[in-house]
Amino acid sequence: MDIDIIKESIPAIAQALPVTLALVSISLFFGFFLAVIVALGRLSQHSLLNKPAYLFVYIFRSTPLLIQMFLIYYGSGQFRDELDAVGLWYFFKEPWFCAILSLTLNTGAYTSEIIRGGILSVSVGLLEAGKACGMNALQLFKRITFPLAMRQALPGYGNEVILMVKSTSLASTITIMDMTGVYKEIASEYFSPFEPIIIAGSFYLLLNYIITILIGKAEKKYALVTR
Amino acid sequence: MKKTLASAAIAATILLSNTVFAGDVVRIATEGAYPPWNALNSAGQLEGFEIDLYKDLCERAKLECSMEQTAWDGIIPSLQAGKFDVIMAGMSITDKRKKKITFSRSYASSPAVFVVNKDSELASFIVAADKISLAELDAGEKTALDATLAALKGKNIGVQKGTIHLNFLKEYLKDDATIRTYATQEQLDLDLQSGRVDVAFAAMSYWHPLFQKEEGEDFMAIGPGFSEGPFGEGVGLGLRKDDQVLADKFSVAINAAIEDGTVSKIATKWFGFDASTK
Repeated sequence: MDIDIIKESIPAIAQALPVTLALVSISLFFGFFLAVIVALGRLSQHSLLNKPAYLFVYIFRSTPLLIQMFLIYYGSGQFRDELDAVGLWYFFKEPWFCAILSLTLNTGAYTSEIIRGGILSVSVGLLEAGKACGMNALQLFKRITFPLAMRQALPGYGNEVILMVKSTSLASTITIMDMTGVYKEIASEYFSPFEPIIIAGSFYLLLNYIITILIGKAEKKYALVTR
Repeated sequence: MKKTLASAAIAATILLSNTVFAGDVVRIATEGAYPPWNALNSAGQLEGFEIDLYKDLCERAKLECSMEQTAWDGIIPSLQAGKFDVIMAGMSITDKRKKKITFSRSYASSPAVFVVNKDSELASFIVAADKISLAELDAGEKTALDATLAALKGKNIGVQKGTIHLNFLKEYLKDDATIRTYATQEQLDLDLQSGRVDVAFAAMSYWHPLFQKEEGEDFMAIGPGFSEGPFGEGVGLGLRKDDQVLADKFSVAINAAIEDGTVSKIATKWFGFDASTK
């Protein structure tokens, strides 16, 4: 253990914390909207909607995120001219865009299943009661299905948020200097991986500790009286 | 109890010291991803300048050697942990590395150059000097260095992680350019090709053979070749500090191989120019 390397690692990795936070929050934000759309698609009676939704979830849940990220980043680089022609290269050129795109698609797939489970757990009786009160389909979804499904989905979704914090470390493989990227750089600069690993690991631990507490609070707030 | 502890401690010391003894097979590790120094061929076997050279050196030093592949990232900690005994992976001898490990004498060296796509706006960049030795800059070299650094201002520059080339960029261009780091040189080449980085920086010995191949035909070197200073004293074998005896044995073998022209012959075969150190 070299105290000097630890001393240098703490501020350097702390400076990369906003990068990790940005990757997590931006992709969770877009991923959630994607997930609601995909979950509704999965539950739809039309095969034109539920088949593509199923395929999307199947593909993104069944392949490693690292491979998805490499395919989106290095794969898009092989189609530079084609992407340029439709004006998309401007986005794909940026490692940030590729990282957030792959994280969003990945969390979208997982979260859609969590939401689908939540929606399916809403009892038919409640919906019938709503209908009896004269609510239309949109009102039923807004007032009954969605809030109840969210409450049901919260513990599972908390799990997904924590997984996402750890998944962002893969963005370092496509040149983004998040906490993992910085730890790797310090490790190769001093030929000493142990110290920066400990510091980076501690930061992830701390971040997920805070998230765990926040999720616990949210669960308490929205919990049923039964608890 | 005390006795058990003591003998456990002794056993641990022996295990941790990892010294190579006479008669042991010397385990040499290379990256296998840095052609033509060391790379995997289409049959999945290691080949390259260092693969040919280690066989010659081990024969001269009367050592039984084996060669294995390891990741460049973390290659020095792995050596220290005793996963292998020698690093032979195009590793330059620098003061920073010397604090952690010992080196044999150098067997080859190659200037570092910036490379761009042929259609880049930098393709027409020319300076008066074609070589810059960073140890002592003369007036002409200073002008050429400043001109090169000015031309690279605001560019995206790609470089492999944990290399002397990254150290150079950090020292000279940290605030003026965006530096992107890659785990392997191959990933960097892909991003140079697609235009995600404007410039890539690595050793001429890597670029020169690549320019002859399809993957590198659109690339070209610009500006001068850099050597010395942060680039160290050339490429040597890296060993644990307590293996100085073995390092000296290799140095003697390298001396002999340089003297009778073997190194320059193997270097010319792989690099297309004589990169052996005199």
